[in-house]
Amino acid sequence: MAVKDYIRERFFPHIWCPGCGHGIVLNGLIRAVEKLGVQKNEIVMVSGIGCSARIAGYLDFHTMHTLHGRALGFATGIKLSRPELKVIVPMGDGDALAIGGNHFIHAARRNIDMTAIVMNNRIYGMTGGQYSPLSGYGILASTAPYTSVDQSFDIVQLAAAAGATFVARTTAYHIQQMIELLQEAILHKGFSVVEVMSQCPTYFGRRNREGDAVAMLKHMQKITTPIGSKAKAEHPELIERGVFVRKELPEYCEAYDTIIRRAKEGK
Amino acid sequence: MSDNIRFVQGNEACVEGALYAGLEFFAGYPITPSTEIAEQLSSRLPKIGGKFIQMEDEIASMCAIVGASLTGRKVMTATSGPGFSLKQEALGYAIMAEIPCVIVNVQRGGPSTGIPTHVHQGDVNQARWGTHGDHAIIVFTASNHQDVFAMTVEAFNIAETYRTPVVLLFDEVVGHMRERLVLPQPGEIPIVERLRTSVPQGVNYHPYLPREDGRLPMSDFGAFHRYNVTGLFHDMWGFPSDDHEVVHDLLRHLMDKIENRTNQLAKFKEFYTEDAEVLLISYGSTARSARDLVEQRRRRGESFGLLELLTLWPFPNDLVRKKAANAKYVVVAEMNTGQVCQSVRLAVDQPERVFLANRIDGEFISPDDIHKTVRLIRGKGV
Ligand SMILES: Cc1ncc(C[n+]2csc(CCOP(=O)(O)OP(=O)(O)O)c2C)c(N)n1
Ligand code: SF4
Repeated sequence: MAVKDYIRERFFPHIWCPGCGHGIVLNGLIRAVEKLGVQKNEIVMVSGIGCSARIAGYLDFHTMHTLHGRALGFATGIKLSRPELKVIVPMGDGDALAIGGNHFIHAARRNIDMTAIVMNNRIYGMTGGQYSPLSGYGILASTAPYTSVDQSFDIVQLAAAAGATFVARTTAYHIQQMIELLQEAILHKGFSVVEVMSQCPTYFGRRNREGDAVAMLKHMQKITTPIGSKAKAEHPELIERGVFVRKELPEYCEAYDTIIRRAKEGK
Repeated sequence: MSDNIRFVQGNEACVEGALYAGLEFFAGYPITPSTEIAEQLSSRLPKIGGKFIQMEDEIASMCAIVGASLTGRKVMTATSGPGFSLKQEALGYAIMAEIPCVIVNVQRGGPSTGIPTHVHQGDVNQARWGTHGDHAIIVFTASNHQDVFAMTVEAFNIAETYRTPVVLLFDEVVGHMRERLVLPQPGEIPIVERLRTSVPQGVNYHPYLPREDGRLPMSDFGAFHRYNVTGLFHDMWGFPSDDHEVVHDLLRHLMDKIENRTNQLAKFKEFYTEDAEVLLISYGSTARSARDLVEQRRRRGESFGLLELLTLWPFPNDLVRKKAANAKYVVVAEMNTGQVCQSVRLAVDQPERVFLANRIDGEFISPDDIHKTVRLIRGKGV
């Protein structure tokens, strides 16, 4: 299928600013699904609220645009109800880890089979550039005019500690890696998390003098390195990309099926 | 005892009603005095291949049932006061996206953590206006286990018929009290199944285009029609829209589909209302004491009557006005500071005849408590 077969043209033009990283994620996601050859009817995409969350409506899957932070709650109901469906949950960093942080760790802990994509632009784009739990110390935002004194989460460590059985990180610059990681995450049986470092040139870039989208993308290239690379040993401040966790644990819906079997047999 | 007679708590009657109506998916979070509903469903649902999940909080529980409903399941969640507050945003989503679901609130005393193990009926107006924005909602209640069962079945039927959340507002006394429940035979009470679209594959399906009768046939997520669902104002495709006409028409549709059916939705019971000089209006466990008082006074030849409301919202204005027309005194008995009383005053002619007989201390209101108020009103002293 061609890329355009996955898009709902009626929904366009999209709402994103020129140069927004979310469009690159949309592109990468379509290519990942296309390579996997999964039927559009088998995919449910559940999103919350934010610029990132709008990705759901643009795609020709079963799509549910829900509440800020709550996408994983809705997705859990869908998945447990119909385990045969593939569930993909794209979220912004605020969506996933501020208001939705509790749902995030619990979905990971349950190891319910779905793919959470955190489109991490380190800012609240939709509401105009307030700091997020991923902004980190010393960042300028519309609600941090003197710089932020909040420390940030490490999404990979948080997801791994919460029990996600597949955890990976990439950036909007590394589109090939993004496609590969998304493919593996979608195929993975269990809760998979892919952090995609993404750029918001409109708010994060402008305020923090990171330049335009191209400059921000180049910056992401510069500050990241493959897991275990030599560069990491020499420059520990580099952020690693790749697969951090890949393990097997009982998947939630399958585990519940054994409960159904036992309940029916009266054991 | 015959096979279909049980001696159960009201919460259990609700479970039986839900299963009779076809419940397949429940998500919840423990809270007194509703917890028994979750506990029992955790054992009952898997036996019939249904799903039970204890979520991380009430917000997630509400979201989970809405998600599950979209895949074609009949769904329910149950909670009490604080949990009901947490569910409000997602309840509004279900209203906006028109997703059938049933929400049980076994009321306890509030505000805040309040008084968990005692009885209050303070959530009547929250059930009406808990979620933000203009909207309409359907809220049922019941005073005894047979009615808890029947109204639970009705809640599922109405949720499916009108693609809307329905709230079951019970209270601690009804939820925890034990009494007889006769389980109806399968087929004895009609069950409404989800109306699914007949639009064939490959032909455009408009998820939000009402039929002439106002109903919207659904297509399950996972079936061959793919569409968008959103809590934003949306067009017939489910696509977000800020077009003023689209916004106006959708809000009107959401209001009208319920408010235009107020009389149809008005479930009630009446006892000696025809010639009642003192008309009691009550609901939930309070109606048990009200009924007892009416029977007592009738035995003494006094013309007391009772209108017991089973539908609280949309408020049955016409019904209340009609039934109260000839009464000299209208006494609303409830365990709050007058939430239904306020609605009754708005509904009737000569609202100065309407009085409140209440208790708000967590102690169950007795027939005597109500009678004291009636005596005062009639100038008889206590
Ligand atoms: C309950 C609730 N609180 C706040 C908001 C306002 N709001 C909308 S999107 C958003 C943050 C978006 O940031 P993020 O999730 O990081 O996504 P981005 O827009 O950057 O892609 C906020 C605070 C809301 N819609 N709902
Ligand atoms: S505000 Fe930022 S995140 Fe939102 S669309 Fe614009 S660039 Fe993207």
